[in-house]
Amino acid sequence: MSLRIFLPRDSAAIALGADSVAAALMAQAKSLQLDLDLVRNSSRGMFWLEPLLEVQTDEGRVAYGPVTVPDVPGLLKALQEKDGAHPLRLGLTESIPWLARQERLTFARMGVTDPLSLADYQAHAGYSGLRRALQMKPAEIVQEVLDSGLRGRGGAAFPAGIKWKTVANAVAPQKYVVCNADEGDSGTYSDRMTMEGDPFMLIEGMTIAGIATGATQGYVYIRSEYPHAIATMQAAIQIALQNGFLGDRILGTDHRFVLEVRKAAGAYVCGEETAMLESIEGRRGVVRAKPPLPALSGLFGQPTVINNVITLATVPLILERGADYYRNYGVGRSRGTLPIQLTGNIRQAGLIEKAFGVTLRELLYDYGGGSATGRPIKAVQVGGPLGAYVPPEHWDIPFDYEAYAAVGAALGHGGIVVHDDTANLAQLARYAMEFCALESCGKCTPCRIGSTRGVEVIDRITKPQEGQNRAQQVVLLRDLCDTMLAGSLCALGGMTPYPVLSALNHYPQDFGLTNTNSSS
Amino acid sequence: MISTTMRAQVSELLALKKHMPGALLVLLHDIQDLAGYIPAELVGDIAAALNLSRAEVHGFITFYHHFRSVPPSATVVQVCRAEACQSMGAQKLWDHAVSCAATANGKHGDAAVSVEPVYCLGLCSTAPAVQINSALHARVQIEQVEGLLTHALTQQGAAA
Repeated sequence: MSLRIFLPRDSAAIALGADSVAAALMAQAKSLQLDLDLVRNSSRGMFWLEPLLEVQTDEGRVAYGPVTVPDVPGLLKALQEKDGAHPLRLGLTESIPWLARQERLTFARMGVTDPLSLADYQAHAGYSGLRRALQMKPAEIVQEVLDSGLRGRGGAAFPAGIKWKTVANAVAPQKYVVCNADEGDSGTYSDRMTMEGDPFMLIEGMTIAGIATGATQGYVYIRSEYPHAIATMQAAIQIALQNGFLGDRILGTDHRFVLEVRKAAGAYVCGEETAMLESIEGRRGVVRAKPPLPALSGLFGQPTVINNVITLATVPLILERGADYYRNYGVGRSRGTLPIQLTGNIRQAGLIEKAFGVTLRELLYDYGGGSATGRPIKAVQVGGPLGAYVPPEHWDIPFDYEAYAAVGAALGHGGIVVHDDTANLAQLARYAMEFCALESCGKCTPCRIGSTRGVEVIDRITKPQEGQNRAQQVVLLRDLCDTMLAGSLCALGGMTPYPVLSALNHYPQDFGLTNTNSSS
Repeated sequence: MISTTMRAQVSELLALKKHMPGALLVLLHDIQDLAGYIPAELVGDIAAALNLSRAEVHGFITFYHHFRSVPPSATVVQVCRAEACQSMGAQKLWDHAVSCAATANGKHGDAAVSVEPVYCLGLCSTAPAVQINSALHARVQIEQVEGLLTHALTQQGAAA
């Protein structure tokens, strides 16, 4: 009897020993003369259970985890028994409540398929979106994306369809599609998971974007800290090319689209779209002033669609199922789903794809199960290093771009970093300024100099010298934040005040302040 | 001083890729993959091939954290210092890694190990994260650091 086993090849699983477990499984199977079919799949995103091993049974896949090398002999023995009983047994994977209660649209294949198997991809609805798109006029594709309500998942939430329409209407000898995969925000990894775990989905999305807008060349700009994602994307592009999904005649039609990976070089600011373009063009990642919009004058001065990984990866589903299917999920003007990354000090951390409208409290307790340390949760940063610290009184606000903006917060890329009550928010605010100073491209003054002054002012508030007036320093910090917010060229300087001000407003005691002297 | 073989390999790369759109970023990655860093002696060659000034190439190299102007230590320990890892004790982990590295350097010679910050390895749900050379480690406990380092140094010794 052959035993079909799945063990993820996601970086996080590897970082927890999945490769050693895989080697042990193969060695043990060999010594037992057991016919083992080991598939290195993508991750389900239940990271507290990684490495998560699954075995194919008549009822479906059964999960075991977290598996370590010493568990392997006992586990293989159990898997040969009918009931498969073992202390690590978690039951049918898809019945695990944490997973069953999600709305996995974009991440439907995650943890299910072998990332580099084109057959697997197509067996699970892959390339159905492209096939439908090829039968439509480009303008109809753009309209479909527009109607779906899809907004940029990189953080700015700009309607993707409007961007596409601008590029489609531009007349130029060459247009480009650039995928921003410079996912530098702490607390985010859904781009990494997508590229490592379902690379054809991104390739398909970019191909559709190319056909819709008349762009024939695409670039994926991937951060150098993601070597596994780079390798998987490169391999997938080759496979797509060999099978006619990329190249001069896509699936035998007259459409041409080619794709290239560009490896970034560790500058956080290159996640800003114009800095990224500069970097791809071979220059320092210095932010460009807008206008001109990249949609009209982007890469090498040509009209360019720039979207984040998740935005582009969502497109195949929209084309396959139709705009209405997607926009029926969500609330208000936030349509569809968001792959939320629950991270940091949280017991059940991982990837939760939910329709907009879910609340932080549900995520933290129903999914997360509270902090990893067992201490009370004190603050939650939503939307990456440039997102606000959200205090408990705001944990019932639905995940909705506008609702979050209304309380001075941002959903961003859907990254959530949880801190327990040992966190010092003044220190975290200082870190935000410090990080901005470290990563500023230097073009605009509020960001370049404001961030350094910000560190100094916070130090004067938390550790006042003889004769210094704390309340006065608070006024200065607020004034500085106002200048950065309003006067910076891009989101780095323009949003660093979010974590700083939210920390100051909601956790004044961490700055050594009382409520009264923090509000001046 | 770089070897003549390396200079020849770099010339070959330059000739092969200098006409690519945005060639500088691509070429510097290739050169660093080859040499481990971007040797200063090569900056002039790179600039000449791409019709750039030396200042432009130098400015590019120093702008990006990934590019090194000096050879890296045999063992590079990157400790994530970003928020998600901070929430799980990355600061203590960093302090401990620095002290372990100092001990190892005392034993093995000055530049055997270096500890560098990294801002996010994308392992935020399994924090804190560390990368030692190319190997990723997640949910790293302070007690594990010394063992991981010894293991990396042994591997390094075996390779040398």
